[in-house]
Amino acid sequence: MIFDLTASVINGVLVGAIYGLAAIGLTLIFGVMNVINLMHGATIALGMFSLYLLTTAVGLNPYLAIVPVLLGGFVFGVLVYWIAVHRVIGSSDLMTLLATFAVNMIIIGVGTAVWTTSPYNVDVSVPQLAISMHGYTIPGTQIVAAVLAVILATLLYGLLYHTRLGKAIRAVANNRAAAELMGINTRWVLAISFGIGIAVAAGAGVLIATLFPFTILSGANYELKSFVVVVLGGLGDPAGAMLGGIVLGLIEGVTAPFVNVSWTPVIEFTLFVIILVLFPAGLLAFKWGRK
Amino acid sequence: MGSQVILKRPTFWIILLATLAFALVPALTGNLELRENLLLGAVYIILASNLNLMIGYTAYVNFGNIAFFGLGGYIGLYVVNVLGWSLWPACLIAGVVVSLLAFILGTGILRLRGAYFALATIGVNEAVKAFVTNFEPFGGASGMYLSFSSFNALGGARHALWLAYFAIVVLMGLSLWLSLAIKNSRFGLGLFAIREDEDAAMVLGVRTPRYKSLVYAISAFIPAVAGTLFFFKNGVILPDQAFDLTLSIEAIVMLMLGGQGTVIGVALGAFAYEQLRGFLLVSSTFSQFQLVVAGVLLLLIVLFLPEGFMGWVYRHLPRLRRVIE
Amino acid sequence: MYKMFAGVLLALGVILPGMALAQKTITIGFTTSETGKLNADAAPQLRGFELWRDQVNADGGIKAGGTQYKVALKHYDDQSSAGRVQQLYTRLILQDNADFLFSPYSSGLTSTAAVVSEQFGKIMITTGAAEGKTYKLGNRYLFQMYTPADEYLTSALQAIKSKDPNAKIALVYSNDGFSKGAADGAAKAAKSMGLNVVLTESYAPNTTDFGPVINKIVSSGANVLIGGGHYADGSTLARQLYDKKSNLEFISLLVAPDIPKFASLGKAARGVTVPSQWEPTVAYKPDFGPTPEQFREMFQKKYNTLPGYHAAGGYAAGLVLQHAIEQAGSIKTPAVAKALNAMDATTAYGHIKFADGKQDHGLQVGHDMVLAQWQKGDDGKLHSKVVWPKSAANAKLVFPLTTYHQ
Repeated sequence: MIFDLTASVINGVLVGAIYGLAAIGLTLIFGVMNVINLMHGATIALGMFSLYLLTTAVGLNPYLAIVPVLLGGFVFGVLVYWIAVHRVIGSSDLMTLLATFAVNMIIIGVGTAVWTTSPYNVDVSVPQLAISMHGYTIPGTQIVAAVLAVILATLLYGLLYHTRLGKAIRAVANNRAAAELMGINTRWVLAISFGIGIAVAAGAGVLIATLFPFTILSGANYELKSFVVVVLGGLGDPAGAMLGGIVLGLIEGVTAPFVNVSWTPVIEFTLFVIILVLFPAGLLAFKWGRK
Repeated sequence: MGSQVILKRPTFWIILLATLAFALVPALTGNLELRENLLLGAVYIILASNLNLMIGYTAYVNFGNIAFFGLGGYIGLYVVNVLGWSLWPACLIAGVVVSLLAFILGTGILRLRGAYFALATIGVNEAVKAFVTNFEPFGGASGMYLSFSSFNALGGARHALWLAYFAIVVLMGLSLWLSLAIKNSRFGLGLFAIREDEDAAMVLGVRTPRYKSLVYAISAFIPAVAGTLFFFKNGVILPDQAFDLTLSIEAIVMLMLGGQGTVIGVALGAFAYEQLRGFLLVSSTFSQFQLVVAGVLLLLIVLFLPEGFMGWVYRHLPRLRRVIE
Repeated sequence: MYKMFAGVLLALGVILPGMALAQKTITIGFTTSETGKLNADAAPQLRGFELWRDQVNADGGIKAGGTQYKVALKHYDDQSSAGRVQQLYTRLILQDNADFLFSPYSSGLTSTAAVVSEQFGKIMITTGAAEGKTYKLGNRYLFQMYTPADEYLTSALQAIKSKDPNAKIALVYSNDGFSKGAADGAAKAAKSMGLNVVLTESYAPNTTDFGPVINKIVSSGANVLIGGGHYADGSTLARQLYDKKSNLEFISLLVAPDIPKFASLGKAARGVTVPSQWEPTVAYKPDFGPTPEQFREMFQKKYNTLPGYHAAGGYAAGLVLQHAIEQAGSIKTPAVAKALNAMDATTAYGHIKFADGKQDHGLQVGHDMVLAQWQKGDDGKLHSKVVWPKSAANAKLVFPLTTYHQ
């Protein structure tokens, strides 16, 4: 029992770190421009398929593939921002939701035509890092993916909190009109933030794809999980997202020994609604007092 | 609003005529294919116009509206299939139970605003879906299958399907009438005040929490009844079919297309969307890319015609604002 | 002389059918999932239908009575969702004048379509729809090609019993209609065979992280796993069972390991078994239609990939309908239905017989499933081999597996 729980906790933290990274992309975009990005899941799926293409067609090392995917994701995000999002920024919530949902439909539509909805697998293994104890095994791929997720998140915090660009992004998130008055080109800051959000989501897609087989529709599931994560961590708060992800991973792992796992989504989403209603600023903000 | 006043409104007569046309044209011509097309159109109009009460009138974006439809279907089919009652009380029970649940839920989640509320409704839909998938009295993951003999109580399958169709058309008419009646009532004015500025509305004496819960519950009633009828006609209900988040979002697309906050516009939007998707689906050129085409169209509307079709009409023919609401 | 004679015969052969037999077309309507989550399963089924159509038409069509019928397929995309299925089937029947129907892929969509097909009294050959419930609602014109879901895992249990009667079985399945039907059937069968099920666990169909489930499997001490669900979750489960060294000696998963792409899991695919409606290597002696080997070659020639059982089921649905029409000598529904009810024959796809009772009409009762296992061949690549029942096997079951150990 005790080993069972330990294994579940470790698994939860490792998977949770990746949930956290995926959610950072979502919450950054929401925090900066108040847009719920409904193409989040499709972006994660694009990241997964980019990994597939880069490893099979180009023969790149799967972990190195993150670099081009981040860059490509950024460019793609900026493009999508100028084409589909910029015109509706500042209008109602509904408009931005629909604009990103429309892009989502297009991506899924093209993806289905190209790859069908059958699963793809990228064969990665790092057996020398695997940890075994009493019959339970933590695969090396999971450890590498979690570590990379944390590194990426840390780099992103560095960017947000220790660079001029990061300062500008935070200023725009805080008060767009004031930032404009201070001479910040808010249009570009918004575009860049959107690009970063998309890049991070695609990067998370790469990490997930090193662990599990995936289809073009897999992103939808991570999009829902990202919603839960950002609510746990505080909507619009990239720092909380990583912790929120780990909390979600732990919930999934720790409840499993006690109930049938098909009940996990019931627990997850009920908790999600309750937390949202009781602590809209996020569970972590509740713990440490209002910021 | 008094009944005489509503009779003077052209929109009322438009609704009546449209409802009659939906009911009579397929019935008189006996054209079953037309009936199936119109049925889906009517269901979409029901979903979109009830959702419009939340989104268009109150500016609360509800992604979970399909949960009302699905849950209504489940409760109704449970009453018919397991309890063995007839279809009509089942419809009523489904509507009342779902409305009550919505009211209770609403008092909680309607404290949230904007994106927070939208997210909460996604959570509600997923939680309900996951719950029903595990809930054995509703058949769990296997769903509920209606025996072909269930139709016998209503005079055989052919007859029963016509009855279900007429009932759905009536619900469509009722939905539109409800939209019109609320729009022209004190209650409606309260909702519009919430839409424009909730805090100001509260200061002015609108009891916003009660208004919001009430409109949330009202917007659940007809979709729940329609869910019972739709899945009765469908013959089977499965969690995936009943709580399809995509359909929720599609309903939002429909009301945007027609013009949120309008009565006739939303109905036109729903009908046009249904026809468009139906066309793309059966057209050999587009069927591979129907999702892409629909996505591009939606994007174009959002970017260039955000006020929807009716908004565009009002801009060019302002007088119509009083005639077609 | 002979050559001339042959030439005349050939010319007659080309002209005569057109003259002696009236040429007509029958239309077979169905929806298929060109988009959405069922697309991967539905696509090969559609290929099966199309291969059959092309062959029938190349041979001049279906002969019934004095008429030769060319086959036309009419199909629409149902988007993997039941929302439009009834609308589209009504359209197929009324606007496209479909004479016969095939089912959509999946049990849920099929039972939705069945309401319409029954209402209009059209024959619908169902394939890719294993769940048995649909056939127990009092239908008259449904005919099921697949062995029903609750028998899916029986062959796996028989194999387990013969290799390790004391096996500790974990029954882990996706919480959807089909997989639950299969798992419930397996639980009953295991009980009656005296097998020991130590863990019964269902997971949400869109699960991706199986870590918590696998921890439970390890905790239960199970050495055998049966269950699974569809493509995405099944291949994800298999990969993680391998990555997490779950110590299993036998794994049987529904559906997922049946597609050739499953081999892309590499080491994780090796040794996994799948209950299969049909495998390219089976050795059935057909009463009509091609042999399994001929079918495999034709399919491979046309589509450049091996047929799985979804493709074979689609092809056989056409074949069975064709045979029934020829037997009936008519395309009238009552006559063809009578011929289908009486059918008791073997095809490339296996034995076909439909239940004829009032309570279970159309349920497939003749067809047997086989168990296939991914094994490493002499070429170093993975191949799917039939390992059970022994009469149909072309390879020995590898048991116990050792690759899943630490």
